[in-house]
Amino acid sequence: MYSNKYIFIYSSIMVIIVAAILSTAAMLLKPFQDRNIAVEKMRGILSSANIESTTNDAIKLYDKYIKEEIVINTSGEIVSNYENGSFTKGDIRAFDIDLKKELYNKSKKLNYILPLLVCEKDGKKTFIIPLYGKGLWGPIWGYFALSDDYNKVVGVTFAHKSETPGLGAEIDTKPFQEQFIGKQIFDDKGDFTSIKVVKGGIDLIPENLRKHGVDAISGGTITSNSVSDMLNDCLENYLPYIKKQK
Amino acid sequence: MNSEKNEREPLFSFKNRKLLLNPLNKDNPITVQVLGICSALAVTAKLEPAFVMALSVIAVLAISNVIISLLRNGIPPRIRIIVQLVVIASLVILVDQFLKAFVFDVSKQLSVFVGLIITNCIIMGRLEAFAMSNKPWPAFLDGMGNAFGYGWILIVVAFFRELLGSGTIWGYPVFDKLGLYDVGYKNNGFMILPPMALIIVGIIIWIQRSRNKDLIEEK
Repeated sequence: MYSNKYIFIYSSIMVIIVAAILSTAAMLLKPFQDRNIAVEKMRGILSSANIESTTNDAIKLYDKYIKEEIVINTSGEIVSNYENGSFTKGDIRAFDIDLKKELYNKSKKLNYILPLLVCEKDGKKTFIIPLYGKGLWGPIWGYFALSDDYNKVVGVTFAHKSETPGLGAEIDTKPFQEQFIGKQIFDDKGDFTSIKVVKGGIDLIPENLRKHGVDAISGGTITSNSVSDMLNDCLENYLPYIKKQK
Repeated sequence: MNSEKNEREPLFSFKNRKLLLNPLNKDNPITVQVLGICSALAVTAKLEPAFVMALSVIAVLAISNVIISLLRNGIPPRIRIIVQLVVIASLVILVDQFLKAFVFDVSKQLSVFVGLIITNCIIMGRLEAFAMSNKPWPAFLDGMGNAFGYGWILIVVAFFRELLGSGTIWGYPVFDKLGLYDVGYKNNGFMILPPMALIIVGIIIWIQRSRNKDLIEEK
């Protein structure tokens, strides 16, 4: 028979040993995992600008096509610029910005900075805006590529942590994302009109709004609305900057 | 009782060989004991994730069997299930971390199912039924045998699902190269869905039972 004391000591030692092993492993493997996450992010960015990449060539393609990484502040001024592998202004890389933290600062009415990536392919510039928002079960995020007139959508990618498979999770599929191509974020008068994900389909809304809408996912209403909110919340931050550029 | 006797037996004695080979066929965890079905349905749409899943289960089951077998005389019976779970869970976390570091794409496809190896009945079943009362070497063989038994079914199922569902083998477009699409062949999208995994497992069980009469229950 084992005494209670034995059981307590046994389990304490076991837990300490296991904790030591697991934390060592986590520390040793962290650099590799971080690199994978960075590659994943690059692939998302490239894919929004309609550049297909694989895990192996993502870093190369990213360096080739993403010419500038701009950091802007709330009034639309450029704080930092990272161009072709070196800083021309400031010292923050847009790629490294934690958008979640910046959006949190925004909600607390604190100062925040915004990342903007400039992709150049075949002489045409594309501006890529990172997105981050709340889904139904967890975070959703993505990248939004605008053409050089700051109006037409070149492409989008969305990703999610844990949306419902088959319903909300469809936001990361091509057919959903392809709907956004060619849509506009400014109306004829030049006012900002974010793209809405319309429940029941865009045939239900007036003709002149259809260029600002895409079909929602049946059964994925909350995720669809979250995408609308995310687009609106993230894109509106860039309005001061876009106004200055026009 | 026998295993506690102090006689030396060869590493691959008849008994040990049986530990390794029986689970591949007569005692197969999936087709005979019908354990671990959940993950067999979920990760077998493509060969690569199925293969990685099989490797992960082999690693976890073999190592945890050996660890528990080494500890078996010191584990207080009252907390033995907790000890088993701690061993399994830590190994699974290690495997998950390794996959995330070195085969990120596959680990994304496997998503929660790596974590769910913890709840795979095969593993706890083997620890409780075998490793708790046997020496490390037989426990290791038993772990390998059962994990291989699980793994080969997974790979066979994944082979047919990927071939018929996506027309590829390990991502290589076989049907496309054979020119089957030009003569009007279409991929069967149904094969991608979990129910077809169940049906393929069913077919494997059918073939196995028709060849091995011992497995047929008496009426």
